[in-house]
Amino acid sequence: MLKTYSYPKFDFRLPTGAGGTKVPRYPAVVVGAGPVGMAAAIDLAQQGVPVVILDDDDTVSVGSRGVCYAKRALEVLDRLGVGDAVVEKGVSWNVGRTFFQQEEVYNFNLKPNADQKRPGMINLQQYYLEEYEIDRLKAFDNVELCWKNKVVGVEPEDDKVVVKVQTPDGFYTLETDWLIVADGARSPIRSMLHLDIDGKIFMDRFLIADVVMEAEFPPERWFWFDPPFHPGQSVLLHRQSDKCWRIDFQLGWQADPEEEKKPENVIPRIKAMLGDDRPFELEWVSVYTFQCRRMNEFRHGRVFFVGDCAHQVSPFGARGANSGIQDTDNLIWKLKLVMDGKAPPSLLDTYSAERTWGADENLMNSTRSTDFITPKSKTSLTFRNATLGLARKHAFARALVNSGRLSVPCFYNESSLNTPDRDAFSGDMVPGAPMDDASITVAGEDGWLLDHVGNKFIALVYAPDEAPSGAAELAGLPIPVTTIAVVPAGAKAPQGMVAFEDVRGTFAKTYDAKPGSTWLLRPDQHVTARWRSFDAAAIRAALARATCNA
Amino acid sequence: MSLITTPNFYKTGKRYFRDFSPNDDFYEMLIDTHRDLSDEQSNMVNAKLILLLANHIGDMDVLAEALAAAREDL
Ligand SMILES: Cc1cc2nc3c(=O)[nH]c(=O)nc-3n(C[C@H](O)[C@H](O)[C@H](O)COP(=O)(O)OP(=O)(O)OC[C@H]3O[C@@H](n4cnc5c(N)ncnc54)[C@H](O)[C@@H]3O)c2cc1C
Repeated sequence: MLKTYSYPKFDFRLPTGAGGTKVPRYPAVVVGAGPVGMAAAIDLAQQGVPVVILDDDDTVSVGSRGVCYAKRALEVLDRLGVGDAVVEKGVSWNVGRTFFQQEEVYNFNLKPNADQKRPGMINLQQYYLEEYEIDRLKAFDNVELCWKNKVVGVEPEDDKVVVKVQTPDGFYTLETDWLIVADGARSPIRSMLHLDIDGKIFMDRFLIADVVMEAEFPPERWFWFDPPFHPGQSVLLHRQSDKCWRIDFQLGWQADPEEEKKPENVIPRIKAMLGDDRPFELEWVSVYTFQCRRMNEFRHGRVFFVGDCAHQVSPFGARGANSGIQDTDNLIWKLKLVMDGKAPPSLLDTYSAERTWGADENLMNSTRSTDFITPKSKTSLTFRNATLGLARKHAFARALVNSGRLSVPCFYNESSLNTPDRDAFSGDMVPGAPMDDASITVAGEDGWLLDHVGNKFIALVYAPDEAPSGAAELAGLPIPVTTIAVVPAGAKAPQGMVAFEDVRGTFAKTYDAKPGSTWLLRPDQHVTARWRSFDAAAIRAALARATCNA
Repeated sequence: MSLITTPNFYKTGKRYFRDFSPNDDFYEMLIDTHRDLSDEQSNMVNAKLILLLANHIGDMDVLAEALAAAREDL
C-alpha cells in the first residue's frame, strides 16, 4: 500500500458477445492495458474503430516504473486527448545537471527553443499516466476495456486471428481482423508465436527508491557520477508528483537484491545522500536489471507488436513508454487506411520498417549511455573519468559526458514513404522529420501548431498570394488532403482559406519557409514531402507514395 | 592556431539531427577499439593512438597546449 496513491481495482467483464456458443468477431483487439496498448486503443477509438482491450490484471502499473515522459510522447498524448491531465499532474522540467564527485560538470536544457507547447520532459508516476488513459477510454462508447481477460492462445490465419482467453469464469475464443500486441517485456504472445527477440543483458543492478519528503530542490534531473555519498557508482534523482522523489542508485552486479531492498539498508543510503536530518518516508523500493533488445519484425501478418514486447531499452534516457507511444502513433493511421480499403496491406510493413529504425536509434543511444554510466573495463572507466575531469574546463569534454541522452523522436529520413526533396531547403524539417511545434493564432485564438495538425493529411502552404489551385480536388480525394495557409504575423490568408498565423515567426524559421513553400504532413505529424511551390499533382503523387498507393 | 576545446567531431557527408550524435559516435568508436583487449594491450593502443594523432596535428604549440591540459588536475 502506498501513502500517496491507492490502486484502483477494476471489475472483470467479458467483451460483448464473448463466452456464448458463437465465436465473436471484432475488427481490432489490443492485448495489454499498459501505457502503450491503451494509446493504441484511444487512437483507434478516436478514428471510429470499435476496440476490445484485454488485460490479465485488474489495476494500473504497480510500484515505481516509468517516470519521465518526453515532449514527443506528450504531443501524441495531446492528439489522444490525454496530454493536459498528464502535464497538469506531472512535474515539468527542461534542465538536467550532471555532477562528478563534488562538482557540477555539465548541464543541458532539453528545450532551447521555448516556443513550443510542451516541456522537454515531465515526471509522473506511471500509474497516473495509465489512470488518465483509462479515463479517456471511458469517453468512447466503442471501447470495451476487459480486465482479468488473459490471452493464452493466438492463432494467426490469413483473414483473421483466433485468440483464446482465460477469465475467472473460464475460457472463451474470439476472432479479430487485427491483433495489436502490447503485452509488455515478457510478452507471452511473442513466446506463443515462437518469435525471437535478440539483444543483450547488462550486468548491473539498480536500486529504485520512491521517497516522500519536503525538499526545495528545483524540478531538474540530477545525476551523479561517483558522488561522496555513494562512491564508485552513479545516482539519479527525479522529482515526481505528490512530493514523491525517485532515486536510482547503481549497485553493481555483485549486489544482493534481497539484502539491498531491506529498509535498514536503503534508509542509510538516502540519509547519506540528503546529508541532513530531514524526515522522509519510503514509498517503494525495488531492484532492477535491464536488457537492450528488439524483435526483428514488428508486424507478423495481422499481428502487430508495439511497446516493450517489441523492444526493450535501458532506462537511461526514458525511452520505454515514450517510444512505445510513438509506435502506436505510427501504426494506427496506417491500419485505419488499410481497414477502410484505402491503402494496401504493404503500408503496414512500413510500420515495422519505420519503428524498427526508431528502435535501433533508441537502442543505440541507450546502450551508449549505459556504457558511459557503467563502464565495463578498466580502460573504459579511465576514459570515462578522464572525460569527466576534462569537462570541468573544456566544452568538448562536456559534450562527451553521457549521463543519459534523453528520449527524442527519431527522424524517418530514410523511409520509403517520403518523397525526396527536389527543391532546396535548410533546417531540420526534412521529409520524415517529426514536426517541430510553433505558436500560432487561428481565427484570432492563440494556439499551437501541433494541436491543429494530425489525424489526417494536410498540405501547409506558406504565405500564398492566392488560394492554391487544385486544393478543392485534393480535399475530395479518397484519402483527403486539407490545404491550410500559414501566414506571417499580421498577414491575411486568401479568401476562403483557413490560416495559421505565425505570430512569433517560429514556423518560418524552423521550417525555412518562403512564400509558396508547401509541406505535406502525415496524420502522425511527420513531414513527408515539401516543395518551394504548391503543386497539386506533386502532392497527389507524394500522398500516393506515403500510403503505398503509388 | 591554438588547441580546439569546443566540440569538433563530424563526419564528412553525414547529417546529424541531434547535437550529441557526433560526440557519441566518436566515443563509441573509441571504446569499441578497446573491446576485448587486456589492460596492457589497451595501454599500448592508447600510446600508439597518441603518437599517430600527435603527428597528424604536427603543430608543436598545439601539442604543448594539449600535453599541459592533460596533466592538469591529476
Ligand atoms: C525502472 C524503470 C524505469 C522506467 N522509466 C521509464 C521512463 O522514465 N520513461 C519511459 O518512457 N519508460 C520508462 N520505463 C519503461 C516503461 O515502464 C515501459 O516501457 C512501459 O511500461 C511499456 O509499456 P507497455 O504498454 O508496452 O507494457 P506494460 O506496461 O508492461 O504493459 C503490458 C500489459 O499487458 C498485460 N499482459 C501481459 N500478458 C498478458 C496476457 N497474456 N493477456 C492479457 N494481458 C497481458 C500486463 O498485465 C500489462 O498490463 C521504465 C521501466 C522501468 C522498469
